[in-house]
Amino acid sequence: MFEEKEFRELVVQGAVYKTKYTRKFEERDVWETPDTNKLYSFIPGTIIDIYVKPKQKVKEGETLLLLEAMKMQNQVRMPFDGEIVKIYVRKDEVIPNRHLMVEIKPKK
Amino acid sequence: MSLRSNVLDLRRRRKEVQQGGGEKAMEKQAKMGKLNARERILALLDKNSFHEYDLFVEHSAKDFGMESKVLHGDGVIIGTGTINGKPVCIFAQDFTVEGGSLGMMHARKITKIMDHSLKMRVPLIGINDSGGARIQEGVNSLAGYGEIFFRNTLASGVIPQISVILGPCAGGAVYSPALTDFVFVVENISKMFITGPSVIKSVLGEEISMEELGGARVHAEITGNAHFYAKTEYECFEQIKTLISYIPRSNLKKAQAYPPKPPLKGKKIEDIVPVDPRIPYDMRDLIKTLTDGSEFFEVMEHFAPNIIIGFGRMDGETIGFVANQPMVLAGVLDCDSSDKAARFIRYCDAFNIPIVTLEDLPGYLPGVDQEHAGVIRHGAKILYAYSEATVPKVTVIIRKAYGGGYIAMNSRHLRADFVFAWPTAEIAVMGPEGAANIIFRKEIAEAENPEEMRQQKIKEYKEKFANPYVAASQGYIDEVIEPKETRSRILHAMKVSENKSVGIPNKKHGIPPF
Repeated sequence: MFEEKEFRELVVQGAVYKTKYTRKFEERDVWETPDTNKLYSFIPGTIIDIYVKPKQKVKEGETLLLLEAMKMQNQVRMPFDGEIVKIYVRKDEVIPNRHLMVEIKPKK
Repeated sequence: MSLRSNVLDLRRRRKEVQQGGGEKAMEKQAKMGKLNARERILALLDKNSFHEYDLFVEHSAKDFGMESKVLHGDGVIIGTGTINGKPVCIFAQDFTVEGGSLGMMHARKITKIMDHSLKMRVPLIGINDSGGARIQEGVNSLAGYGEIFFRNTLASGVIPQISVILGPCAGGAVYSPALTDFVFVVENISKMFITGPSVIKSVLGEEISMEELGGARVHAEITGNAHFYAKTEYECFEQIKTLISYIPRSNLKKAQAYPPKPPLKGKKIEDIVPVDPRIPYDMRDLIKTLTDGSEFFEVMEHFAPNIIIGFGRMDGETIGFVANQPMVLAGVLDCDSSDKAARFIRYCDAFNIPIVTLEDLPGYLPGVDQEHAGVIRHGAKILYAYSEATVPKVTVIIRKAYGGGYIAMNSRHLRADFVFAWPTAEIAVMGPEGAANIIFRKEIAEAENPEEMRQQKIKEYKEKFANPYVAASQGYIDEVIEPKETRSRILHAMKVSENKSVGIPNKKHGIPPF
């Protein structure tokens, strides 16, 4: 409430209220249903190795790449049997959190 | 040696130690826009009331070149004094001495004054301005922090504990303020964080300034770690003095009563609140029509402003106010506002301060972010706090009191002593719009003109349920009152509650959802 804001609308149980928003409310994360075919980084870090190539068939549990963060080498594994569609990172690349690393698709 | 020369020697020694880290360091402190530790104490306490202890304490560290270092007072000043005549214990870390770093003797001085304040049942004020643990003293410095946290916890709910962040307060050091009742921060001066910007950058690659990470504004608005935000140190000290005037010196006392005065003749209470429950107003204007001199001392003004908490006086006695703020997010309860109110309610209960609740809310804030952030357990805190509180509790329902929000805001069912409602009150499971959509779903869907039918059903529901009389018929509210009667009704309720005596089942302690 540091700056005066114009009144906005907020819907609670069908009723439309005139009110102000807080900074925290405006900056809240809007929910998106996760796409299981896209693997995002869960922590910022460095890609230290990539073991797969596009179009390669991969079994569930196989390691796709190594993401080093907080001095730990995290193995990013295949969540199901399938195929690599596209790789969005390069070896030695430093990536932020929630960064798209690999696109995959399940076995037909 | 004569007595005179002994005294002169003492004076010389005192003067030397009182220079803290020396002229250069003092100048540096001033250049940062900061007062030094001694200036702060003198500015906060009543004139000539400060009495210092442990002035001649010295560190005993022997490693890493510490043996040759002289650190005056070991970087902290402790003592007692008065604020508006009321005794307080105080410590102030001295950043000019080795960055105010905390070594064993430094911590021992702090715990000495903490023990004193607990024994004597007087408030404790800690001024934090420190680079953190004195690394050369190793685990002794960690032990020092632990001893402080432990005392903060034991003293919690017994004496008021106030933390003033006037410099860096980083790493483990932040947990002492976090355990205390009220945290004061000052723009551009206060910095609080667990991990600083440089570590965050090197480990995670995220770049952020100190101010954005843990500056005063962040803690006042975003994290909720701070309760009071000031632009200058002097403004901060005035806030502390005001706070001290509202609270008792310990849980054994009541807050000091002041001469009663009427509210200022300003806006009339009935002109503040629009009848349409969807139109906002500033709840603080309403509070000010109730309090002596229309004075209201708001706590956590910038954090979760959809609920208002703070102190005012009625007939000279301190009252804790908890009120929904329709002006912000329609006054909904959410994670932050529940957390904010619950802690304040527990503070008032611990320190014998009666609570007045002013209610006007549409319920809980909808949203995935809220659900995933744990609005269930955070929301439960407010129920817990109200149910547990045994101080006099009065509720006035101004307009909306829907669903879980109605129950949470100190309803009769949570053992409110008196519940009043304005004739504009709507006490129902939900607002007319939502209710009509559910109850008459079929009729609306099958109608020739669904929107027309919806409006008609909303109107029907409104007439039947959106009023205070259904709840009044069940005795859930004690009386429907005219807006202008609000102050006199609360005053009378407080008067008859003076000797209130209720208990809670014997237990070691409850397990609140925190």
